[in-house]
Amino acid sequence: MEILVCVKRVPDTSENEIEINSSGSDIQRDDLVYSVNEWDNYAVEEAIQIRDNVGGSVTVVTVGDDDAEEVLRREMAMGADKGVLLKDDAFEGSDGRGVAAIIKGEVEKGNYDLILTGAQADDGAGQVGGMLAAMLDMPFASLVNRIDVVDDKKINVGREIAGGNQEMNEMSLPCVLSIQTGINEPRYVGIRGIRKVASVEIPVKGAADLGVDAAVIGAANARVKRLDYFVPPAGEGAEMLEGGVDEIIEKLIDMLKSKGGIK
Amino acid sequence: MARQIFAYILHKDGVADDTALELVEAARRLDASAPVTALVLGTGADLDKVCQEVAATYKEVWKVDNAALSYPNAEVVRKVLVNLIPKGAIALVPHEHFGMDLSPGLSIKLDAAYAPDVVDISALEGDKLTLVRQEYSGQVSTHVACDLSAGAVITIRAGAFAPDESRSAGGTVTDKSPDAGDAGVAGRKFLEIIEAEVGDVDITKSEVLVSVGRGIEDQDNLEMINDLAKAMGADVSCSRPIVDAKWLEKARQVGTSGQTVKPKVYLALGISGSFQHMGGIKGNPFIVAVNKNAKAPIFQAADVGVVADILEFVPELAEKIAEMK
Ligand SMILES: Cc1cc2nc3c(=O)[nH]c(=O)nc-3n(C[C@H](O)[C@H](O)[C@H](O)COP(=O)(O)OP(=O)(O)OC[C@H]3O[C@@H](n4cnc5c(N)ncnc54)[C@H](O)[C@@H]3O)c2cc1C
Repeated sequence: MEILVCVKRVPDTSENEIEINSSGSDIQRDDLVYSVNEWDNYAVEEAIQIRDNVGGSVTVVTVGDDDAEEVLRREMAMGADKGVLLKDDAFEGSDGRGVAAIIKGEVEKGNYDLILTGAQADDGAGQVGGMLAAMLDMPFASLVNRIDVVDDKKINVGREIAGGNQEMNEMSLPCVLSIQTGINEPRYVGIRGIRKVASVEIPVKGAADLGVDAAVIGAANARVKRLDYFVPPAGEGAEMLEGGVDEIIEKLIDMLKSKGGIK
Repeated sequence: MARQIFAYILHKDGVADDTALELVEAARRLDASAPVTALVLGTGADLDKVCQEVAATYKEVWKVDNAALSYPNAEVVRKVLVNLIPKGAIALVPHEHFGMDLSPGLSIKLDAAYAPDVVDISALEGDKLTLVRQEYSGQVSTHVACDLSAGAVITIRAGAFAPDESRSAGGTVTDKSPDAGDAGVAGRKFLEIIEAEVGDVDITKSEVLVSVGRGIEDQDNLEMINDLAKAMGADVSCSRPIVDAKWLEKARQVGTSGQTVKPKVYLALGISGSFQHMGGIKGNPFIVAVNKNAKAPIFQAADVGVVADILEFVPELAEKIAEMK
């Protein structure tokens, strides 16, 4: 099975507190630690496991700048066979539809049976997979937490729904799936693994190589645009307990007792 | 031409989802002069029941009855909606597992803008709608401009807009089934629902929950959480990353894709307070949050907060409680 996995380089929220710059035009990017989007990592692991079971290849693709290459290498160190960087000044400022249109170019140049994305990334939009599928007229399922390969034309796919229940669907290939965390346990990538792929060549493709529709990409064609970042005025919020640890614990125990929190 | 707004109504077993009351308010906030139509898709007697219920809140209700809609397969629903929703209209859909499945593709097929997971509406000037979204799990908010000139699909976060409980619309139900076209899709077929496994505790019945999140860092550290819960006489629950890492069973996960809990006291330890997690906490419990980041969103929702490293704070708290007994 030929599998394409779409990945994104994002600030690692488990390593950083996200703060806004003084003008509100962006988050503070100095000193941020970046990594591959958490959901994408599960998607790549799933792709590798499918390839190892039924054969084929895994290609990871990202739309980004030169820095984005590092996440491709990371995922190749995990076991992806190839990486492709989609990069062009014309891509800058694209909205979700623009990004999907760019990736569509790569899909059409290849011969993929299965296209995976993460269920969502740092902006919580969760849009690229569903848009890409609709543009390609391929079947789509979101929040996938199980994939059973039936044969080379069909897979059974579990979707996570409310209450921890799972919705099973039969999907025909080729199709697009967005992957939910927890579908597998992504393997650890050590520094040695990354070194091994450090010199592998990663092709870079631009708008012309991909034949992307110029009318939907870039900031000028974005129908949805971020205007600023802000922190909403704090509501009432919690009563913050302050003082020494012993003092705080004493106060907290009194409160817990009065609310029935200690039996 | 007047702007038209459509609200997609989620329903199950003949009852409309709470979001039906919230979308009508979101529509009003978006453009109070625009007519709002509820879209109710399904089949049989349950569908009619939902339509009657929804007509109390929406002046216009469009019903589509089709056996292919007995289970809401997003691909089937999308096909029907593309036939029903006129060009340039705005479609509001709840942002949850179904809305996330349906909406991105729907926006492409309608050739409309897509604004996901909207929590507030700031302004409308001509075709420029200014919305509020959140990024980085709610750590920061953004204003977003959405161009409505070709219509838009907008998903709305549950709980972000106040429910309109007036039920005074006295609306009419119109059967649009003949206009919905062929609902058949190839490529994705619904098979079955596999119910969640039952765990060894039922946290939905717990009065006191000690809930642990990614801040616990390591599986071995769960021991201190168990010790604290034991000292308090509480049950242990958790956020999603703990289940994803297989450190605790799925039945202990609180949130929209886990359990809905109604405790008296909820102690959130190293949990950031994402809306998917908080969406599983009902009944207005006394919430205590311990987090090392003073700006963590959980402190907005909690009653009492402590800025501390749980790895140090929790053992001390457990010890003091145990001593006291
Ligand atoms: C469709 C969908 C459904 C979802 N359903 C659910 C759901 O049902 N339940 C759920 O919980 N999530 C759900 N999520 C995931 C959700 O978006 C968040 O990713 C998740 O809730 C984050 O869990 P967390 O707060 O434990 O981790 P994080 O967001 O990583 O937060 C960890 C927190 O711990 C703090 N911390 C770190 N170290 C320490 C320390 N030593 N001491 C004190 N504090 C510390 C950090 O400051 C941070 O605030 C869902 C996501 C999607 C897309």
